Amino acid sequence: MTILLLALRRLAASVPTLLVILAGLFLLLQLAPGDTVDALMAQMGGGDPATADELRRYYGLDLPAAAQLARYLGRLVQLDLGQSAIYGKPVATVIAERLPVTLLLMGASLSLAFLGGIVLGVLAARRIGQWPDTLISTFGLMFYATPSFWFGLMGIVLFAIHLGWLPAGGFEEVGAGYAGLTRILDIARHLVLPTLTLALVFLATYLRIMRASMLEVMSLDYVRTARAKGLGETGVIVHHALRNALLPMVTLVGLQAGTMLGGSVVVESVFALPGLGRLAYESVVQRDLNTLLGIVFVSALLVITVNFVVDLIYGRLDPRIAAGR
Amino acid sequence: MSGLLSIENLSVRLPPGADRSHALTGVSLAVAKNEILCVVGESGSGKSVLANTVMRLLPPGVRPDAGAVLFRGRDLVGVPEAEMRRLRGREIGMIFQEPMTALNPLRRAGDQIAETFRIHTTLRAREIREKALALLAEVRMPDPVAALRAYPHELSGGQRQRVMIAMALALEPALLIADEPTTALDVTTQGRILALIREIQARRGMGVLFITHDFGVVAEIADRVAVMQSGRLVEEGPADAVLNRPRAPYTRALIAAVPPLLPRARSGTAAPAILTLEGVSKTYRKGGGLIPGRARVTHAVRQVSLSLPRGTTLGIVGESGSGKSTLARCIVRLLDPDTGSIRLGDTDLAALSRRAMRGQAGRVQMVFQDPFASLNPRRRAGELVAQGPMLQGVSRRDALAKARELFGLVGLDPAAMDRLPHEFSGGQRQRIGLARALAMEPEVLVADEPVSALDVSVQAQVLALLDSLRDRLGLSMLFITHDLRVAGQICDRIAVMKDGAVVEAGPTAEVFAAPQAAYTRALLDAVPGRAWIPGRPHVPAA
Amino acid sequence: MAAVTRYLRNPAALLGAVLLLLVVAVALAAPVLFPKDPLGLAGRPLQWPFANPKVWLGTDASGRDIAAQIFHGARVSLLIGLVATVIAIAIGIAVGAVAGFYGGIVDDLLMRVTEAFQTLPNFLLLLVLVAVFGSDITTVTVAIGLVSWPAPARLTRAEFLTLRNREFVQACRVLGMGDARIIAREILPNALPPVIVYASVVMAVAILLESALAFLNLSDPNVASWGNLIGAGRGVLRTQWYVSAIPGVAILVTVLAVSLVGQGLNDALNPRLRGPAPVKAAP
Repeated sequence: MTILLLALRRLAASVPTLLVILAGLFLLLQLAPGDTVDALMAQMGGGDPATADELRRYYGLDLPAAAQLARYLGRLVQLDLGQSAIYGKPVATVIAERLPVTLLLMGASLSLAFLGGIVLGVLAARRIGQWPDTLISTFGLMFYATPSFWFGLMGIVLFAIHLGWLPAGGFEEVGAGYAGLTRILDIARHLVLPTLTLALVFLATYLRIMRASMLEVMSLDYVRTARAKGLGETGVIVHHALRNALLPMVTLVGLQAGTMLGGSVVVESVFALPGLGRLAYESVVQRDLNTLLGIVFVSALLVITVNFVVDLIYGRLDPRIAAGR
Repeated sequence: MSGLLSIENLSVRLPPGADRSHALTGVSLAVAKNEILCVVGESGSGKSVLANTVMRLLPPGVRPDAGAVLFRGRDLVGVPEAEMRRLRGREIGMIFQEPMTALNPLRRAGDQIAETFRIHTTLRAREIREKALALLAEVRMPDPVAALRAYPHELSGGQRQRVMIAMALALEPALLIADEPTTALDVTTQGRILALIREIQARRGMGVLFITHDFGVVAEIADRVAVMQSGRLVEEGPADAVLNRPRAPYTRALIAAVPPLLPRARSGTAAPAILTLEGVSKTYRKGGGLIPGRARVTHAVRQVSLSLPRGTTLGIVGESGSGKSTLARCIVRLLDPDTGSIRLGDTDLAALSRRAMRGQAGRVQMVFQDPFASLNPRRRAGELVAQGPMLQGVSRRDALAKARELFGLVGLDPAAMDRLPHEFSGGQRQRIGLARALAMEPEVLVADEPVSALDVSVQAQVLALLDSLRDRLGLSMLFITHDLRVAGQICDRIAVMKDGAVVEAGPTAEVFAAPQAAYTRALLDAVPGRAWIPGRPHVPAA
Repeated sequence: MAAVTRYLRNPAALLGAVLLLLVVAVALAAPVLFPKDPLGLAGRPLQWPFANPKVWLGTDASGRDIAAQIFHGARVSLLIGLVATVIAIAIGIAVGAVAGFYGGIVDDLLMRVTEAFQTLPNFLLLLVLVAVFGSDITTVTVAIGLVSWPAPARLTRAEFLTLRNREFVQACRVLGMGDARIIAREILPNALPPVIVYASVVMAVAILLESALAFLNLSDPNVASWGNLIGAGRGVLRTQWYVSAIPGVAILVTVLAVSLVGQGLNDALNPRLRGPAPVKAAP
């Protein structure tokens, strides 16, 4: 219960953060050349200035920046993100359509990177200086230094074009009319390459942290205590080192949630996945700033949510948190 | 010998690049059933390596290259790892120095005790729980049922050490190895833990290999004593013989360096006060943040009033958390006291703004505890000492000349002024810190545990230096310490602090001879080896 | 100087230094070996590498010399990486030092702002900045610097938090030293090594961020950037995959070099291998 309270308190503390972000971005976007109406007019193939003025009044764009900001924040509280100029739908609807793909991609990548990172990190730490460590660390470094989009492209070349094992892009076979399990399998097939692409970079980071964390923990006093009790190496790792070594990993997941979302922009573009990232890219290219701002807002919410969950998990793992240290 | 453990001609090699080739060279020792062997030595003597060699818990790269460790006749050096694991915890138990870090912070105390049973026995969970409870009762844990469910951070240092002992004793090992088990504890807790170890050892007839650096502890607990220096055995024999009739010159020197628990007669306490504290309080608020009322309030210093006569040394004595360090930091204004006045001559230091205090910096200076953290690792020794005068506007040339002079005064070679702190030993660093403070020509010197991180022989030298400086320069000194032996050695008057308040103050001799407060009595009683007077000097002049 | 010896004894760190020198040499040699505009027409489009000695790495779909773009691209990557890193580290040290040294409300406020920046996906923020301010190379560089400072700020703050209570800092206070001097002359030199090591991570990330932006066609189209070339190669991925593959290898080598040097520095400065393992924050 204390843990939940503490996490909730941190959640409450992130509300002002969120407001600062949005106010800052809103003002920033005031600097952008062209507004929603310009984008709309361009979409309609031009129009006369009178219509533009009328539209500006309609959207409240003739008000001073401060008043616009107040209106915008007021609407945000009601989760009204405004109208997307390009898609002709409310921004909230557009985002809701795209969100599941991104969540699926992120969830799959995060699980792969996290679990893989733990296993490889422990293996490397157990065999430090020997060939498994060298091999794992070398691979980690290579993945770490590889731009993810390039990795994705090369994956397409190898697995989609040359070997023909996996589809080159898209979320599912459009028009195949799959349903039920077949559809799930089809989507899974489509997500293999994007998930690997997004996960490998993070896997590299996680395995390095896990390796360092294990080495650190294995040198601590209580590990020596456990050995002095007569516990074997496996027992020491499973019962004493692992859980302690996981703490920095869990923190890292929270810290990197935003980075992972950023990464999905690129990966979704490479694999033509209809997700939030691709939407962000499209709205930048088409200057649909309302949608862009909405995406930023939703991403921030997502990151804050992930951090809330991370706080809860951390509190479960570490009893010292509930005591306030 | 009816040896339980017999170490024969043991040598342990260090990895290349260490400061010497062997951690241990040709050490032979024996521990019999039902006896406590104390291995005593200063840092670097190899005493901890000895303990870890028996347990086969040496760090990678450190390994025995000659000799044998015979446990019940079997040489542990060559025993396979799996067999060694069966011995650890069951036949040989071990407790460590740092109770704060020796327990896994994420698992309950009961679970960690139970683990010993789970590793070595096939007992059921219920039986294990009962045994763990019985063990906690045996180590006199207050409320054993609650302690079973407690996480380490919920226990005090002494309680954690009790859990460690319970864990080590769970399967009634024939041999207990204790590596400085009370060093990190407060003196009253230390007294109780030592009594506990002694009592359980006697009841079970265990052999104990007890590693320590403290001759007081040796006098308290040892049946036999082995003295080590630089990896070699210097002297070994029954406790009484080694403590009171040491043969080896090194042992004699070590014992001579131990301050006797006797006040030295002092004069000058009638001199006018140079520093007067009145009603000084300091309160910490922690946590809570924006929500008031949730903050935890700690009254670190409560209404302390004291005075320091000119040219004398006032000792502030207390255990950890007594507020003695907070008080010292209030006086030099590293902390701002909440209430009260701190009068130095005509100036109330407590009332000065931070900026104004900077102008008064020369008048009161501080010497710190940790010889490694108290010097900026990137500045040369001479510069460190010259820094203060330079801040006051003295030219670099003059300041360095003064530093050179001070180096001589504190017993350092002025040629070493160009060296970086890491090139000095702990005692030398403390001398640099002292020179840095003296360079400001302070009226009052505040010394915060200046010798507690030093080996006993170095400690004696630094104490002698402080003593002679006080006489030569007419220094007035506030000396913060947890160690009553040290306080008796150097202080004219002492004030005993507990929970932020002064419980008793007076001339050292009076306080030692006839303590008024119950806490002072408890503190004096808990000093390990209080009955032993090093070197058996004259009868106490109480 | 023991640190230099330790660095030179570490084969991975040496490899990193050699690779980095190689990339720098390539960048320096670019105007000498390829004096013409790397984005100009060099020959028949889509020639395979090693097929024509005049364009030994081949040409892309617009008939531009890939080798020339790789060489000039090294200049762009290194320059952007370096400048963005300097910006990020400078802001990070300033914010982290003040927050860590003063603590209390100042720390709370600065950390709120830092958290706000960390809550935003940095690549998304980069997109917003580029959308607002355009995508010429200066803007992109500054924008990358602006989204990369929170991590160095946190690191600097953590260092300051531990160092400010060290006894040597207290000793300086007792000597009457002012805050500014304590921060700049006493604490900062001791806090700097891990931050310098972390700069290698920031630089690696900056290079990757720019290449990702260029790949999406959102960076400056008028400079020869490796990311641009990979993006240009997408259209012909099916048959002429080398157009995308070659610049990717160039990025990999550069980022690898920077990371290895950083790790080598870390190991050399923290011989116990205890230093914070660099954490990456990039797509």
